[in-house]
Formats: sequence, C-alpha cells, structure tokens
Amino acid sequence: MRYNDPSPLEVRVISQRFDLPDPASIDTYLANEGYVAIRKVLGMTPEAIIEELKTSSLRGRGGAGFPTGMKWSFVPRNTGKPTYIICNSDESEPGTCKDRLLMENDPHQLIEGMLIAGWTIKSNKGYIFIRGEYRYLIDIVDRAIAEAYERGYLGKNILGSGWDFDVYTHTGAGAYECGEESALLESLEGKRGVPRLKPPFPAVVGAFQSPTILNNCETFSSVPVIFRNGGAWYAELGTPKNGGTRLVCVSGHVNKPGVYELPMGFPIMRIIHEVCGGMRNGKKLKAVIPGGSSSPVLRADECDIPYDFDSLAKAKTMAGSGGIVVLDEDTDIVAVALRTMKFYAHESCGWCIPCREGTTWLKKILTRFHEGGGLPSDIDLIGELAGNMLGRTFCALGDAAAMPTGGFITKFRGEFEEYLNRQSAPEPAAPELVSIA
Amino acid sequence: MADPVKFTIDGQELQAAPGTLLINAAKKAGISIPSFCYYDDLSLQAACRMCLVEVEKTPKLQVACTLPVAEGMVVHTDSPQVRQARKGMVEFLLTNHPLDCPVCDKGGECELQDMVFRYGAGESRFRETKVHVDEKQWSPVVFYDAPRCILCYRCVRICGEGLGVSALGVGNRGVVSEIIPNAGDHLECDECGLCIDICPVGALTSGTYRYKTRPWEMEHIGTICTHCSNGCKTTLGVRNGDIIRANNRDHSGVNGEFLCIKGRYAFDFNEHPERLTAPLVRTNGELKPVSWAIALATVAKKFNELRARNGKFGVIGSNHTTNEENYVLQKFARQVLGTSNIDHHRTGDVATLLDALQGRANVLATTGGLLKTKAALVIDSDLAQEQPLLAFQLRANARLNKSHVYAITPGPVREDNYAKTARAELGKEFDVLDGWREQLAKEPELVILFGAAIKGEAIRRLVAFGDSLGIPVKYVCLVDYSNSRGASDMGLLPDLLPGYQPISNAALEPGLNADQILADPNLDALWVIGANPFVRQNLASRRAFLVVQDLFLTETARHADVVLPAASAYEKNGTVTNVCGDVQRLSRGAKTMGAKPDLEIFALLAREMRADLGVLTPEAVFSEIRSAVHGYDLPLLVLETGGAAPTAPVNGRVLFQAKPELIRSAGNTLFTSGTLGRYSQMLNSVMEAPGALYQDPHKEPVVQPGSVQVETIVSHG
Repeated sequence: MRYNDPSPLEVRVISQRFDLPDPASIDTYLANEGYVAIRKVLGMTPEAIIEELKTSSLRGRGGAGFPTGMKWSFVPRNTGKPTYIICNSDESEPGTCKDRLLMENDPHQLIEGMLIAGWTIKSNKGYIFIRGEYRYLIDIVDRAIAEAYERGYLGKNILGSGWDFDVYTHTGAGAYECGEESALLESLEGKRGVPRLKPPFPAVVGAFQSPTILNNCETFSSVPVIFRNGGAWYAELGTPKNGGTRLVCVSGHVNKPGVYELPMGFPIMRIIHEVCGGMRNGKKLKAVIPGGSSSPVLRADECDIPYDFDSLAKAKTMAGSGGIVVLDEDTDIVAVALRTMKFYAHESCGWCIPCREGTTWLKKILTRFHEGGGLPSDIDLIGELAGNMLGRTFCALGDAAAMPTGGFITKFRGEFEEYLNRQSAPEPAAPELVSIA
Repeated sequence: MADPVKFTIDGQELQAAPGTLLINAAKKAGISIPSFCYYDDLSLQAACRMCLVEVEKTPKLQVACTLPVAEGMVVHTDSPQVRQARKGMVEFLLTNHPLDCPVCDKGGECELQDMVFRYGAGESRFRETKVHVDEKQWSPVVFYDAPRCILCYRCVRICGEGLGVSALGVGNRGVVSEIIPNAGDHLECDECGLCIDICPVGALTSGTYRYKTRPWEMEHIGTICTHCSNGCKTTLGVRNGDIIRANNRDHSGVNGEFLCIKGRYAFDFNEHPERLTAPLVRTNGELKPVSWAIALATVAKKFNELRARNGKFGVIGSNHTTNEENYVLQKFARQVLGTSNIDHHRTGDVATLLDALQGRANVLATTGGLLKTKAALVIDSDLAQEQPLLAFQLRANARLNKSHVYAITPGPVREDNYAKTARAELGKEFDVLDGWREQLAKEPELVILFGAAIKGEAIRRLVAFGDSLGIPVKYVCLVDYSNSRGASDMGLLPDLLPGYQPISNAALEPGLNADQILADPNLDALWVIGANPFVRQNLASRRAFLVVQDLFLTETARHADVVLPAASAYEKNGTVTNVCGDVQRLSRGAKTMGAKPDLEIFALLAREMRADLGVLTPEAVFSEIRSAVHGYDLPLLVLETGGAAPTAPVNGRVLFQAKPELIRSAGNTLFTSGTLGRYSQMLNSVMEAPGALYQDPHKEPVVQPGSVQVETIVSHG
C-alpha cells in the first residue's frame, strides 16, 4: 500500500504497480509486464547490457549518484571466484522511506533487477540486506522470493538459460553505518559493521573477498523498466546525465508529505507547492534539506533549482537518498542541527577518531547551546570542528555529520547568534566531569 | 623486482619499490609521519587519521599509512593544512581521554603524550562532560581502562594476527566503543601481555606493575629471560635493586616485539620471600645460617679431604647457569675434583644431532632464520606452549611471507589453524613423514624443529630423511631451558669436553651420568648447582656429602649438608646459548643481598681449596671459551651491542655414548617453568590450564592430566 495519495504530476515508472490490488504478488507482477525484461536480457551479452544501462543514465539511488552502468563494468570477469549481487536495503538515512515502499509493494521488480545484474556478471547468488527495523518487509520479500522460485524465476536453470541464481534476505541489526556499502558487506559476512579500506572497491573485492555488484534497492528496482522500454527511453524521462525518475520522499511542513515518483530534474519549488500541496498552515518556507539529513541545508532563496544530482551538487549540497525535509519559518534551526547531530553521534561506528569523537563533542555543544548555555565562541567552534571532520574521516559517515552542520552554521548563523541574545539562563554551572556517554 | 617508483616528500626526491606505503617510504628517508594505529606487520586500519598528509593534485588530505607511493607523487607532510589536521585530531582524542597522566602508568612513555607535545594545542576548547567507564580487570595480569583507550586496535590485531589467539575484540559503537575480551568479561589467552606492550597509551596496564612507580624512576636493563630456551630479550625495570617490571622496551632482541607471560611477568621469583640470603650448614641435623666464610671453609675442607683420599664425586649442573659458569664448573670437576662424573638434566639430544650432521655445513637454523625460511616442519612439540617465540616467528613468517608450515604432533596444536598438520603417536611420526616426502621435497628449503621425543636413532633417521629430500635442510633440537644448549656445549656431560670434544683428549675416562650418580651407593660427595634432581630420583648413597647452590630451599637443597645461596640470571653477567645456538649476553639488573653468582662461588671455593682456575670473571672466562670451545669464536661486537651470535659447533664425529633414556623434556607449558616457576606468584595466579586454550572442550584431552610425569628442575641461572 501507499501511505499518501498519488499526485497527477508523478511519472509512475517504478511505482506503477503500487496501487494495484495485491501489488506484491507474483501474479500481479506477471500481469503487469513482470519478468519481461529478464527474458530479453537473457539473450544479451554483458557488454550490451552495460551499454544499455549507460545509455539510460541511471545513477545510484543510495546517495552518491554513481553511474550504475559504469559500476557494473568495473566487475572483473573470469577471476575464478564466485561473484555476488548485493542489494542495499538498509535504508536508514533520516528523511528517506522509499526502499520500504519498493519492497512492500513491488518486491518482484527488485528481484528482477537483481536477476539482470546476476546474469550480467554470471553470478549465482544474491543477498538483499534489509534494515533490521523493517522486520515485516523481510516476510514480504521472503514470500516474493519463494514465489519466484516456484515459478522458475529463481533457482536452477532460470527460464531454460542453464543459469542458476539464488536470492536470500539478510537482516541488518539497526546500524546506520551498515548502509555504507563496505560496512554492509562486513555485517553480511557476520562481522562487526565497520567500513573497509577502499580501494579495493566492492566491484573487485566485495562480499566474501569476491567481485560484487552492490546497489541500492531503488537502483535495482529501476533496472527492469530500462530493459523493457530501452535505455534511451529511460534517459529521456530525466535531464542529461540524470536519467529516469526517482522516488522523492517529502517530509516536514508541507500539506501532503509522502513518497512521489518524479522525473529527474523536477524543480524543488514545484515539488513543494504543486506535488505536496504547498506549505502547511500557509507558513513561509525557511529551508529545505534536499537529500536526507546528511545533505547541507538550502535556504528558501536557494531552492529554485531542479531536483537532480548535478543541479544540487552545483548548489553545494546533494540529492543524496531522495529525502526532502521541508522546514517552515517557525523552525528552530539550532534544534534541527542538534537533532541531526544526535543521530550521527548515535550512529557513528566508532572506527575512526574524528567521527567518533567529533560527533559526540558536537552533540554536547549543541545540546548545551540549545538548552541556553551557549557561548559566543561556540558558533565558530562548531564550524571548525565540523571542518576538522570533513574529508578526514574513514568513511562518509563523518562527512555526513559534518556537512549539514557546516551548512546550518554558515547559512543560519544569525539564528545561532539570536539564541545567545535571548538567553535568559545565567552562565551555565560547571559541568560534571564525567558521564556515561 | 619491478622498477622503483620516483616521488617527492617535503622536497626530497626519493624512490621506493612499487607498493611501498607512503608512511614507510617517508620513514626510510628520515621523515616521521605520526600515527597510532599503523603498526609494522599488522593489518592496516587507517583509523587514527594522524598520518594525514597533503598530496598534490588530490583535493583531500590523504592517509599515509594506506597510500602506496606512485610515480611523480608530490607529498607535503608538514604543511599548514597538515599541521592543522594533526592538531585537530589530537584535540578530538583528548576530548574523552581522562588526562590522568600524573597517575597513569604510561606517563612519560606514552605515545599520546608525545603526540600532544609535538602537535597539540596549548589550550583546551572542550568544555563538556567526558565519557566515563570504570576500569576492568581482565586477568591477574591485564587491566583495561576504557576512557584512556584511543581505539587504535593494535591489541586486537597483535592478539589475533600475531599470536593466533584472538582473545580481544571491539564492543559497542561510537564514542562508547571499547576493547572487550571475546570471552566476555575476562581473558582466555596466553597472558603474554603483548597487548599491554603494544598499547600506545595507558589503556592496558600490567597487573604486576601498575601504580608501582613512574617509568623514569627505574633503570632499564636489557637482558635475556631465564625461563625457556628461546632466549628472548627482556628489559628489566629496576628501582633500588628490585625488579619492578619486565617488558619489551626496544624490540632489539631476537624476539622482536614478542615476549610471553614468563618473560614479562615471571621475574617475580627473584623477589620471592623464600629466596635464600645466607649460606646454610647442617649442624646437629639442622640447616643453620652461617657466614659465607664458614660455609665455604666447610665445603673446601670436605672436598679437599675427599680429594686427598680419592673420594668419589658427582656433579650435577644447571640448565640456567651461564656458559661461563658451566665451563668453569666442568673444569672445576675435571681438574680440581678429578672426576668426570658430571652431567645435567638433558632436555634434548643435541650431541646426537651434531654427530648425525657431521660433514655438512650450514645445517643449524638460527632464531632469526625462522622468520625467513620458506618452509618449516615441527615434530613432537606444541610450540605455542613449549617454544612460544618460535611459534610466534613461524606464524609471522607464514602470515607475512607466505612460508609453509608443517607439524606432526601427538595432540592438537595452534599450528592446526594455519599449517598442514597431522596427529601421530610418539614413535609413529615417520609414518606421516614418509607420506609428506614428495610435498616437502618440492619446498625450496626446510627447517626441521623436533622435540625431546626425537632422540638417539630417531635423530639419525630424521637427518637421513632430510638428506633424502634433496633440498637444503636445517635443524633445531628443541631443548627446554634458557641455557640447556649451553650446558651441553660447555661439556656438562660425563663423556664430552666443551665443544663436544672426546674425553680422551683430556686423558680422562668417561664418568657417570646423572642417573648413575644418583644411583651410586658409594658416592662420597654430590655437588648440585641450580638443579633439583631429587624431585625425580632420590640419592642412593647414604654417606654422600651434599652441597647445593640454589635460589631456594628446594627438595634437593633440603637434604644438603651445605646450601650456598645463588644469584639468579637477572643478577649476573655472562652469556647464554638459546635453543637455536644463538649466544646472547646477560646483564646484571637486580641484586639480592647475601646471594652470589655461581661463578663467584666457584672462584671463592677454588681459592679456599688452594686450587688455581685462573681469573674467574665473566669476561675472562668468556675470552677463554672463545679460544677453547669449538664454535664459540663469536664476533664480540655483536654480543657487546646486545645482538645474538650463532655458534658453529663441531663439524665432525662426536664420540660419545648416546643415552636416549637420559633425554627427558621437563614438560613445561607456557605457564610453568620447572621449580623456578613454582616461585612465581604471577605464573600461579592465571587461570589458563596448560593446553586448554585450543583443545576442543567437548573432546577428551589427548593427554590425560596427571598421566605425564612433569619433571621439575631448578633453576637459577
């Protein structure tokens, strides 16, 4: 089911079956062009498949927006090792809730996308790594996998091709860090979920020391339609180098929050005002967090841009995971900064010093600041500490914590200063020396 | 090898082999890049981010510990941006570090202190509360203080990768991450303390040392551990003549960074309250303390009396005393007492090995060679328990250089985890060997290490097997104690002179061996130096005058007529020869009032007996050994600088009566050390049962406890 009404402005490509009765069943899928793409792909060479993907301009939907065709082309052939297809469904970026719908409403689309990847590199095994909190989704996906086995879309000799492919679900245990691809692989292998050194990248040394295609759930789900309708058709849905559509998750102070499938390059202001029915209670827009909590905030005056990877990068932020958080004029930016940092301090895996210590320090400063104990020097300190983390941590989690914090401080410095001015609380008492966390 | 890569660091044009990590390339050029988590020969972490450097044409600072040098790379390790990054990193580290340096064991030798001194800010910007977790005790010898921990994971890696024990892991996440024993709240491990040694801060502290002193109050004396035969260098931290600590301070010994529980903690026998501090003479049936003058006069008078009437002497020497002492002892016995009845507890059949290897050159492996050999074969020894350094080295060689290790043992061994191993009952080893012949012959070279069960004819058979492989083969006869090899080399044997020369060279007849001495009802005097033979066998002679030199009133000393308190190996100078024949220097660190080094006792006794044995200082005697003992003409420079020089023993027939029944391993484990070990409170306090670490708990142990006669030999050294 969907949790919001669809918008007429949507372009329903990967969400086209969401509103059908019993959308997750294989019968629904088969009756609506399901498993058509894999039949086509089974007659194609890996080179042709990758070429088609490149034509489609599909870019990774997990956050970094790396071109999918290129990623697949990095997988070495004939290493003598087994190869793996891993789906990252560890969706945990605050503001993001799209993989959930894809697995809940169209698990077969995901399986078919993984099948196409599997055939491309002649892999025999795939894993869907599902966020631990999505317990109910594991059952839905498991049911879909069982159906696919029954109908011969998984298992031995798929559709008479002589090729075998198995898919398993695997649950995360509630760590944001395991959404980072190499930490996901560690977790999948039964180890502590900390990131790996890169290079080598997963394409070369991924799961179980073997070449691996690892993509986000939405990325895999976007693959079947590309092979049904053609890469060029898909590319044309979006803007140059930003092919197709994407599921945009809008939350915050709009009238109709929800997940909407929109073509790449759809303007942010139109998303707010036309797709989501405008600002709640007629308030004014203050800011937008455009791509999940790790993307630097956009002031209202910066929001008149198209929603695609390149346009947002130009605005010094990112489309990330597609989670748009809309903030109205009443929003307390200091509180938002604190809430964001609380999340990252909680989720830092602790592997490297700047992320482990930096997030917690920032959380503590912001907490004190928010409680009225801020000092004038704190504002610069917050910015500097974020700067000391940025680009210096082991993985992107540290950046994900530093980038938005830097954004809040530079773009809303005035709000932080106001906080100091309206302080009624006296100089805070000397803190206790130690605490448990 | 591929062509070297050319690159520039801080304006210096350098080159290095492709694949060299930037941090190592810089180090070689004398440019130090700071790091906590990077550690030679351990897996890469890139966790501490201290080694960030600026590489031209890359937007972000790069981590020098994981970045291989590349052609044309231009690196700046001291630019303003790099300095700022280091300052920031140290600042992050200090936020939750307790800053209890004034009471921290590590204060003064702490890498974090050094790093803050060099790179840190003058002022703290941290105004918040620190994270605190209470300190934990993981074992009698290891404590963990989580707030001090900077999570460099060195301890986790040395335990897992270095030792193959994997007793440590990481728990929790984020700022409350901490190192946690994999057994939960306590350690189940070798208790080697390598984790403490390798810890850059004071997070891991030693149960024997913590809060006892400040590092700068001690003198640090590098000497050789007196327990097993591996000859690890241990640095004694001595304050006011007492040993406070032993550790591996400068990694300069044959052991590199390795030390086991005995080398690190079992020095405490030295300060045991039962140490003898005055000579004892039996009067009216009881041992009474007397002065050295009276004790020596009593012994000299009795020995001279017996000498005058051709009395029958027996001498049993030690596996712990120095080469100088052993050399003088056999000279004393043969020249002054006029007897060849001299022996020691033989823990390996070195003489037969040398005889079997006659005419072959370069066939004895060195300790350092085990780190380089392409292949090694272990027979009848649980190395991790009995020869811990050798086990560590074979493992390091396999891990770092992909060498091949084979092992044939009666029970499970740690090598099972990474080597080709097979089980064989004692006596059945050759059945397995024959099956492995083809594979072993394909190795470019091989070192064979064999335990005490391979002796006599079995050694000759083993050498014949080695010859049949058609590849260069070297051997190590695994003996037990710190100077077992030296005792044999120095001629503490009834039928061999020092350097395995036939007794006939001295116009003497072969004497009685240890068993025969003890069993002889007509023995007139028995002189026991640093040995405890009565644990195994009582003295048959009722009239024998018994003189014992030892640290403690052992089972043997209790029966003595005169007991002379001896100094330990940590209280004397001299040389010892390790299991591979490497000679190293002992340096006097501690002192026990009233006890004397055995060499000094020999000198005083000789003077008292009006016998002339020349100048008996360690230096003078070693000089004589160098010219008189085959194979000991060693480069002095190596020894004087704390190095290990391999001996080249006789390369001809060794004419002697092989007595395989006299070869008996003491059966020590990692947690026992003969009689000496019984006086180490620390060894006795750990919970690890011998062998329990890697035996399947659901299976019956291969060797039933109690079924093995553990022979204890004292020890003083």
